[in-house]
Amino acid sequence: MITLDRLVPGQVAQVVQVSGADGISMRLREMGFVPGEMVSFLRSAPLGDPLKCLIQGSRVALRGTEARRVIVAVS
Amino acid sequence: MVQPTRRVALVGNPNTGKSTLFGALSGLAVRTGNYAGVTIEKKIGRLGRAQSPIELIDLPGTYSLSPRSPDELVAVEVLTGDVAGEPPPDAILCVINATLLRRNLFLVSQLLELNRPVIIALNMIDAARSRGLKIDVARLSTNLGVRVVPIAATKREGLSELVDALVQTVESTTAAKESTTPVQPLPNEFYRVRDRVSAELSRLGDVGYRGQTTFPPISRYLVERAILDIGGETEKWLLRNFGQSAIAIITTARDELTLSLGELSDVECQHRYAWAAQVMDGVLGDSPGKPHAVTDWLDTILTNRVFGLLFFAAMMFLVFQCIYAWSGIPMDAIGTAQAWLGDGVSALISPGVLRSLIVDGVIGGVGGVLVFLPQIAILFFFLAVLEDSGYMARAAFLVDRVMSWFGLSGKSFLPLMSSFACAIPGVMAARVIENNRDRFATIFVAPFMSCSARLPVYLLLITAFVPATTLWGGWVSLSGLVLMSMYLVGIVVGIVTAWTLKKTILRGETAPLVMELPEYQWPDYRVVMIRVYEACKAFVIRAGTLIFSASILIWAAGYLPGDHTRQHELQTQLESAGDAVPASETAVWSRELKTESARLLEQSLLGQLGHAIEPAVRPLGWDWRIGVGAIASFPAREVIIATLGTVYSLGGDVDETDEGLIDALRRSRWPDGRPVYNVPVALSIMVFFALCAQCVSTLLVMRRETNSWVWPLMSFTYMTTLAYLGALVTYQIGIRL
Repeated sequence: MITLDRLVPGQVAQVVQVSGADGISMRLREMGFVPGEMVSFLRSAPLGDPLKCLIQGSRVALRGTEARRVIVAVS
Repeated sequence: MVQPTRRVALVGNPNTGKSTLFGALSGLAVRTGNYAGVTIEKKIGRLGRAQSPIELIDLPGTYSLSPRSPDELVAVEVLTGDVAGEPPPDAILCVINATLLRRNLFLVSQLLELNRPVIIALNMIDAARSRGLKIDVARLSTNLGVRVVPIAATKREGLSELVDALVQTVESTTAAKESTTPVQPLPNEFYRVRDRVSAELSRLGDVGYRGQTTFPPISRYLVERAILDIGGETEKWLLRNFGQSAIAIITTARDELTLSLGELSDVECQHRYAWAAQVMDGVLGDSPGKPHAVTDWLDTILTNRVFGLLFFAAMMFLVFQCIYAWSGIPMDAIGTAQAWLGDGVSALISPGVLRSLIVDGVIGGVGGVLVFLPQIAILFFFLAVLEDSGYMARAAFLVDRVMSWFGLSGKSFLPLMSSFACAIPGVMAARVIENNRDRFATIFVAPFMSCSARLPVYLLLITAFVPATTLWGGWVSLSGLVLMSMYLVGIVVGIVTAWTLKKTILRGETAPLVMELPEYQWPDYRVVMIRVYEACKAFVIRAGTLIFSASILIWAAGYLPGDHTRQHELQTQLESAGDAVPASETAVWSRELKTESARLLEQSLLGQLGHAIEPAVRPLGWDWRIGVGAIASFPAREVIIATLGTVYSLGGDVDETDEGLIDALRRSRWPDGRPVYNVPVALSIMVFFALCAQCVSTLLVMRRETNSWVWPLMSFTYMTTLAYLGALVTYQIGIRL
């Protein structure tokens, strides 16, 4: 199990957990990062941050610090 | 019989086409206002079709009803009916994106818990169809237990069905509200504890909430949020209003629930998504739907390391090029109209205080406001196009990293960039930033970007005092370099200010950037037009009234208390002098008129003030005339040119390319014969204007956008101090070189 920011572009993984109970982690959950959901890492911005992912059919940009809260399992 | 007005609240996730729908349903007949103490805008449209008129209350787009800021709490309170003096809405209209059905149901699950009539507008049904998604709308409606109306807001499809459904719902629910059992997606255990907490809180009794002596029956939904959102806004609100005893009740309930159900944040999400899965049962056909290929293809190009950044730069250049290029004609037209109107009034009214008030005060003041309108309209046109097409989120994505070095986020980029045209639309554009600390930092820094009103000041002084030499083999002119350094001064100070703010008074956890990148679409021209119209209207009405008053005040200070009899005599003589009077004689009169005007200004309140502050501006290398110019330009920076013009006996009508003013500045002498202006003085004035807050409009828009006088006052004090110090350092170093 690794965190979302460690995936390489194009890689798909399954969300295991979102750590924390603060506003940011709640926002991630509302936007679809919930256990069992498939997430694909699409690309990172030209300067390396933020990252662009596909979750529940929508494209979401998030910074590396936020992505580190999402624990994923690569099948 | 006149029916009472029904109220419908409009909610939905961002990027669901909510504003398109709001615009389609209510058109331009929109009232705006503010909720007390917060910055969210109260936007109310009207649906006049039904027997009982319906008010549509637009709430900010949100992914959930879990308030994390005072603004979000107010939005929830509007829905639950906890806003003082406002009944809960008669119905809630929730817009959901048909292509992202499951995620949108998260918000729906919270809305249904409120136990108010809900109608779902299933928007973008056309996009879902073209993606091969087959949605069984009837089944969805049955599973949800509420009406679902498929619509395509941009194509105006399904809107009359939606209005019919709204009318039926508000009219049928007037008798029996809260009669049905609410949807309860969370475990029963949770609701049992929540109701117990509600009862315990209401026993807290005499705490004097909003003038009442007993605990008000706050909605059960807010109690639910207080339990679920650890450190959230509802908890803070409870603490403020009811003290530690309320928090103790909440904490006990949380401990109990965590023990039986697990981590509360996980529990909520899991159950809401499980509920969503149940609702989706049998709703979607076999096809999972194709992803939006155009969006992915465009993203590969537009967020590409090389091409993406080039496109971004080209886009920004285009926007500013258009602001400069297109606004010239309407701005000139406004200037011409202003002059024409002034001449017209002058022809009707003989010289005197009334004419001066109308021409110099009213027409000059209002014109000074309206002249910014083309820039605002053009900028908001581009903002709306970029946002509605989906590109704005990509721009934020591209520059977020760079902006984060200064403690800001990608969302601050465009407001700041806009401020180079004019800080007013820039401050207004900061609305797109959800995080209030980032938003306030952006608003505070925006006026440091050199706006187009500073350009005339720079041009005048550079033309007059910077030698027309070229450097590096004739490729670079010194004037261009000086001009560029004035822009750089503002940028550098702005960056340092933003960084300092985020380290001090706006310190806090780094605002997260978790941002949806919506699918690209053709911007809806109606949405674009409505945004432009609203931005212009807000600017003209709210800021305009106060700028108008400020202009009249400055006029009065420049006009009073002198005896203007001789000045008016001369004006009358000059105007009534036909061809019969020889030109040599009229020239004598106009020279005397200029001297007289200058004398009157020197003796006016403004002139006296100029002399009074002369000791303070002497270290900057300025004489009283420049001091007066700086004070008189409080309503707007470019006023200094007209003021200097008047002071130098030229009358008020000098613009920056007028050789007369440039010569007058060059010839200007101190009493001992030394020239007033030299390069250090010119630079000191320019630095002052680069950093000062001499723009009433910006300060008033800041007041409106932050809903508080604190920010504009702080901005004025800070910028004026910096401007003074900057000018002082520039002059003192300049004369020693």
